[in-house]
Amino acid sequence: MIRDWLIKKILPRALWIYHVNCGACNGCDIEVLDTLTPYYDAERFGIRLVGSPRHADALVLCGPMTRQTAPAVRRAYEAVPDPKVVFAIGSCATGGGMWHDTYNVLGGADQVLPVDFYVPGCPPRPEAILHGVATALGLTTKEVKAMRAIQEGSDVEIEDLPEEQWLVQEQD
Amino acid sequence: MGVLKTLWSKLKQAILALKPGRVTLGYPFTPREPEEGFRGLPRVDVNRCIGCGGCAEVCPARCIRVVDTDQTTRVLCFLHERCTFCGRCAEVCPVNAIEMTKEFELSTDDPHEDLVGEYHIWMGPCERCGRCFEAPSALDRLKRTGMRCDEIDAKCAIACPAGVEADSEETKS
Repeated sequence: MIRDWLIKKILPRALWIYHVNCGACNGCDIEVLDTLTPYYDAERFGIRLVGSPRHADALVLCGPMTRQTAPAVRRAYEAVPDPKVVFAIGSCATGGGMWHDTYNVLGGADQVLPVDFYVPGCPPRPEAILHGVATALGLTTKEVKAMRAIQEGSDVEIEDLPEEQWLVQEQD
Repeated sequence: MGVLKTLWSKLKQAILALKPGRVTLGYPFTPREPEEGFRGLPRVDVNRCIGCGGCAEVCPARCIRVVDTDQTTRVLCFLHERCTFCGRCAEVCPVNAIEMTKEFELSTDDPHEDLVGEYHIWMGPCERCGRCFEAPSALDRLKRTGMRCDEIDAKCAIACPAGVEADSEETKS
């Protein structure tokens, strides 16, 4: 709530982003670069890549949070002036990707920083990144929904399952 | 002369740049379909799924978990937040129950709430070990009516995770 209000009131015109690679394979970095090309033209929304976190409004994190980059990313986050927004781009930054339990990866970006918006994909399309940023700015709405289904012929109905408790969320 | 030459080359560049016209996509305001062969979020057709767990076996991100909640229910838990959209689950599925959809607008502020899938599959239980067991053929599947499957045959014995052997003579051969 407060975050939405902050984004809409304080960052209404331009969102300057600082791009951080915290252990990515460069796939997501290239897609972020693609988003800034004239073809997708992220500058329509005032999105500009800046060279220093002190000039930025938003951090764009790509890749799983590795043990080595975590302190540096935390420093970059502290250097961004308030109010700040953090985007996690790609499956690795969202949930750790396929490296979620390896020895040198702490997990997704949310293990180290408070992340506001997640854009999963491996790598996400430039459209997906644009959609994520546009959702944060309030231009579009969230599309994805959790899915729950029961096979036909089962004696349990979907309404009988506990609403608040999902098996999936017990994982990890 | 040199100045004119430079001007002319700049003019040529300007004409070249004008030629393609407007290339920027209106994406967030106008929809854009992904191209052919794009792999988006995997979705399971529960009525086709036989609960073999092959998708969980090959998933490189280990984002699929198979849980047996009781003797007749097997639950496939998909944690899409770390899915790499490789499509291997759809590739190995013997009944083509998993489809890589074209959904790509997956941005969310709460991946633990939104990027999950839970699919409840109705299974037949094994007589001896009591675990979920998939009937080997569609005809056998029709016989799954209760909590117990009283006929145990050679095929069941081969697949049984608990190592139960077939009991009747004719099915052993």
